[in-house]
Amino acid sequence: MDYTVLLLAIPFLMFLLLGLVGQKLGPKMAGILGTAGLSVVTVLAYYVAYSYFLNKGLTLNGVLESAVNGDGSWKALTSFNFTWLDLSNANRPDLRIEIGMLFDPISVMMLVVITTVSLMVHIYSIGYMHGEEGFERYYSILSLFSFAMLGLVVATNIFQMYIFWELVGVSSFLLIGFYYKKPSAVKAAKKAFIVTRFADMFFLVGILILSYYTKTFSFEQINGDHAALVHTTMGGLTFMGCSVTAIALTLIFLGGAGKSAMFPFQIWLPDAMEGPTPSSALIHAATMVVAGVYLVARLFPVYFFEATSVLTFIAYVGAFTSLFAALIACTQTDIKRVLAFSTISQIAYMMVALGVSGYASAHEAGLGFTASMWHLFTHAMFKALLFMCAGAIIHAVHSNEMDDMGNMRKYLPITHWTFLIACFAIAGIPPFSGFFSKDEILTAAFESNMIIYVCQAFVAGLTAFYMFRLYFRIFWYNEPTFHHTPHEAPKSMTIPLIVLAAFTCVGGFIPFSEFITAESIGYEIEMNTTIATISVVVALIGIAIATFMYKKQNEWPDKVTAIFKNFYVWAYHRFYIDEVYLFITNKIIFGIICTFIAWFDRHIIDGFMNLLAWTTNLVSDETKEVQSGSVQQYAWVFIMGVVTIVALALYL
Amino acid sequence: MMAIIFCLGSEKKNIIRMVMAVGALAILGTAVYVTLDFLAQREAGDAADFLFRQDIVWYQSLNINYSVGVDGISVAMLLLSSVIVLTGVFASWGMEIQTKEYFLWFLMLAIGVFGFFISIDLFTMFLFYEVALIPMYLLIGLWGTGRKEYSAMKLTLMLMGGSAFLMVGIFGIYYFSSADGQLTFNIVEIAKNHAMPVDKQLIFFPLTFVGFGVLGAMFPFHTWSPDGHASAPTAVSMLHAGVLMKLGGYGCFRIAMNLMPEAADQLSWIFIILTGTSVVYGAFSACVQNDLKYINAYSSVSHCGLVLFALLMMNKTAMTGAILQMVSHGLMTALFFALIGMIYGRTHTRDIREMGGMMKIMPVLGVCYVIAGLASLGLPGLSGFVAEMTIFVGSFEHTDLFHRFFVIMGCTSIVITAVYILRVVGKVLFGPVQDKHHESLTDAVWHEKIAAFGLIIAIAGIGLAPLWLSDMISNSSIIMHFMK
Repeated sequence: MDYTVLLLAIPFLMFLLLGLVGQKLGPKMAGILGTAGLSVVTVLAYYVAYSYFLNKGLTLNGVLESAVNGDGSWKALTSFNFTWLDLSNANRPDLRIEIGMLFDPISVMMLVVITTVSLMVHIYSIGYMHGEEGFERYYSILSLFSFAMLGLVVATNIFQMYIFWELVGVSSFLLIGFYYKKPSAVKAAKKAFIVTRFADMFFLVGILILSYYTKTFSFEQINGDHAALVHTTMGGLTFMGCSVTAIALTLIFLGGAGKSAMFPFQIWLPDAMEGPTPSSALIHAATMVVAGVYLVARLFPVYFFEATSVLTFIAYVGAFTSLFAALIACTQTDIKRVLAFSTISQIAYMMVALGVSGYASAHEAGLGFTASMWHLFTHAMFKALLFMCAGAIIHAVHSNEMDDMGNMRKYLPITHWTFLIACFAIAGIPPFSGFFSKDEILTAAFESNMIIYVCQAFVAGLTAFYMFRLYFRIFWYNEPTFHHTPHEAPKSMTIPLIVLAAFTCVGGFIPFSEFITAESIGYEIEMNTTIATISVVVALIGIAIATFMYKKQNEWPDKVTAIFKNFYVWAYHRFYIDEVYLFITNKIIFGIICTFIAWFDRHIIDGFMNLLAWTTNLVSDETKEVQSGSVQQYAWVFIMGVVTIVALALYL
Repeated sequence: MMAIIFCLGSEKKNIIRMVMAVGALAILGTAVYVTLDFLAQREAGDAADFLFRQDIVWYQSLNINYSVGVDGISVAMLLLSSVIVLTGVFASWGMEIQTKEYFLWFLMLAIGVFGFFISIDLFTMFLFYEVALIPMYLLIGLWGTGRKEYSAMKLTLMLMGGSAFLMVGIFGIYYFSSADGQLTFNIVEIAKNHAMPVDKQLIFFPLTFVGFGVLGAMFPFHTWSPDGHASAPTAVSMLHAGVLMKLGGYGCFRIAMNLMPEAADQLSWIFIILTGTSVVYGAFSACVQNDLKYINAYSSVSHCGLVLFALLMMNKTAMTGAILQMVSHGLMTALFFALIGMIYGRTHTRDIREMGGMMKIMPVLGVCYVIAGLASLGLPGLSGFVAEMTIFVGSFEHTDLFHRFFVIMGCTSIVITAVYILRVVGKVLFGPVQDKHHESLTDAVWHEKIAAFGLIIAIAGIGLAPLWLSDMISNSSIIMHFMK
């Protein structure tokens, strides 16, 4: 244990402190404490990242350990790893859940992403949540979330990841349901928790299968040496014709799909927007929702070497989800929901990238992996920025609906410019960060699977379209009648916007492939100019259409809607997937199964028990006459008995 | 301690309460001392099956002894019981009717429970078992609410029915287990002799297992539980669900499975079906109940089903998980019943349709309820997660399709549990206030806070640092015995 433990300890202590005595500290103190604590964590995380990536060495427990192996690949370092719970038994003597901290390229990168966005959200919330009831509670849950998310990414084993996975889930639940007096918020929180919990069940079973055969939870042992352990212990095993490894990994992926809102688990994320906007920026845009991508990346060697079919499956799920979500995003009118669907679509991009990726660094075979992590990084920054801008806008007009907005560039100049930068980034316009990462994803897809490439390129166009539709509807278009003149947000809110915009501008120039690769060996990316040109042209077309339709109010949107009438209605209602779920849960599970079981219990089982009691009662009621205490009756029975016996003796 | 209270006049309620509080605290202190001493002796290398042995001959000709002693499992159960007795005293602080008698019976129950967990003589154990059951009838019948006579009668009759099975089982063990002609009730000796013929085991194992299973709320013998809990006063529900139901699991393990391992092995499939059914059946039933206590009672059916289910997996991890689950379920269900009692005491309704927005009105109780709920649905950092995960990992040892099917079915309970817990939390605590009269209600007072916080500390303590407890349990010889 050394200073790195503070990365987890500080947020956890903040959570306890603010949770227990937050009320006494008062909102101002709570906000300052929470933010200060997280600033320390951020500095630590940057220090770790700086030492690891640039100094190529990390001082752990007082010893400077090199971050690079002899062959030039990045090395995984562990600062501590203690046994939390012993699950050993006769067959698996070493099975135990450990809690530790693992530093390798992807976890260190995630540390930077999480602390940066979380710190920005902490600062931003001081302004945004000012005067809200439950301010202290809000900061306490933010700290809990930061703790859980950091613990998730530094997990040394899959069970530690599952533990923190559940904890981020609950902090997400608490933040979505933050306005607990609002029924819609409560409903959304429940939905988010139950849907992700449902997916977690698959994750758990996946872990159980994997650990049953490999006899360990440790990532190092599972992944090590091209997943040799999985190969020797599980290779060739089949269950009902399917490879057991593939089943286990598919189940684990489903867990990730739940958190990352992949189809068919995407339904919870749009509703999760009921939470306070800054927490949506942190949890439901930048960090928690990419946990599924991180999970697949974490187990990438196993997926690649032992279950290629599952990777292909992931790629198709990702491609479908990105298209599906992008189509819905084009039709929504609540600005946060547009962003939510855009998040789903962008995370799906990352999944696609992992799905089409190879492994080796040579000849850029493992480009997809790098691209996925890169997109995770850039997306976290620009999507958090978009959400925070949306927060500033909502703060100004007190509404989420596009119809209440328009011509806002006059009133919120900083928000306007930062939003525009983020829009360029997500649309994939150079030199903003999104262009680079998305371009690498498209290149990887192009080299692996043409269908997926075409789909993703089309989605890139759609992305540009719906983002600029959003942009023009908010900042241009017609000015509606405001209740009061909108005003720019306070400094505590605009500074985070500017910082994140700066990240968005420079994020594309980080030589990511030097640091993060599937094989842990750095390489240099060469840009494929053809693909880059195509994607920029597609994006520009999308932007052009959006400009044409939404810069000024005109009749074109209605005309286009009329052309795609049925399709538009379907997309607007999110293709009725929610209704399907509602039908299954309410009508079938609650309405039929639960009600039947409850009825069965009360009437059949309990009825049977009551019947037993009743029968006993009846029998004793009847037989109690026998012992009545009446001498005449006894005598009568006695005489009749004697007569009967005598009669029998005489005549037989 | 009973004697002290007995001597006090019934008018001095506050003194009675004080005596109870001090006494319960002393019990907890003793339990903690026993735990520490136990761990120290184990550390010092004392590897005997049971520590702190004491044997007094009771009835020579039948070889009945008062033999007591503890191993890691009993110590865990003692800790659990003492925590719940203490918090139960604080939770029934407001009991105004016949306070003295109430606490007397309450203590009687506690004596039975403690005696049961430390006995290693079958006869003594059975004696304490009955001592624990009888007060229940009076406690529910006199101090209960609702259909209390019906519930008390039903509960007592069903449990007595279980006892009848159990008694036959125990006598069977007594008569057929001797190796050298000397009949004995001593569990350690019977286990050591291991002389019971398998054909006799096959007869008496089901009797004993069902006998205890009734108390452990095993499907289909669980129906006493919802009615019983619904009518019982708060602290009685706490003690009943928290500790008394654990007697069932403990007995199944210590007597039925430990003494008749071959039969347990051969017949486990029947009971795996029953207990596996309990797990999901209880959870599904809980989803549509409207009475808070019914929800919790069905949830107990589900969680206690998991205890027996894990025991039947018969390997070290799963069995350790089962004991952990007993402790964990005991604590969280006691917390639930305590909180439900507190809420009911204010709103005079337990119907979730008539409540709403309680979080705003009584934030302390609300937060405690959320924590209890999260523990129940297995959130890491609270005790439920530790127990459930140990059980699932352990149960996964069996590779055959039958076991796998039931384990995965058991895993689905984590989702269903989330559904009914969040349903309650969403309806009762969140949302708008349903009843205008509720707005004037007050939050928890000091003795309620002590009860709730005490349980929460225990739950979080186990959830955050489970290793010592799980080691203490898994190092018991009885579990090692199954680690073939």
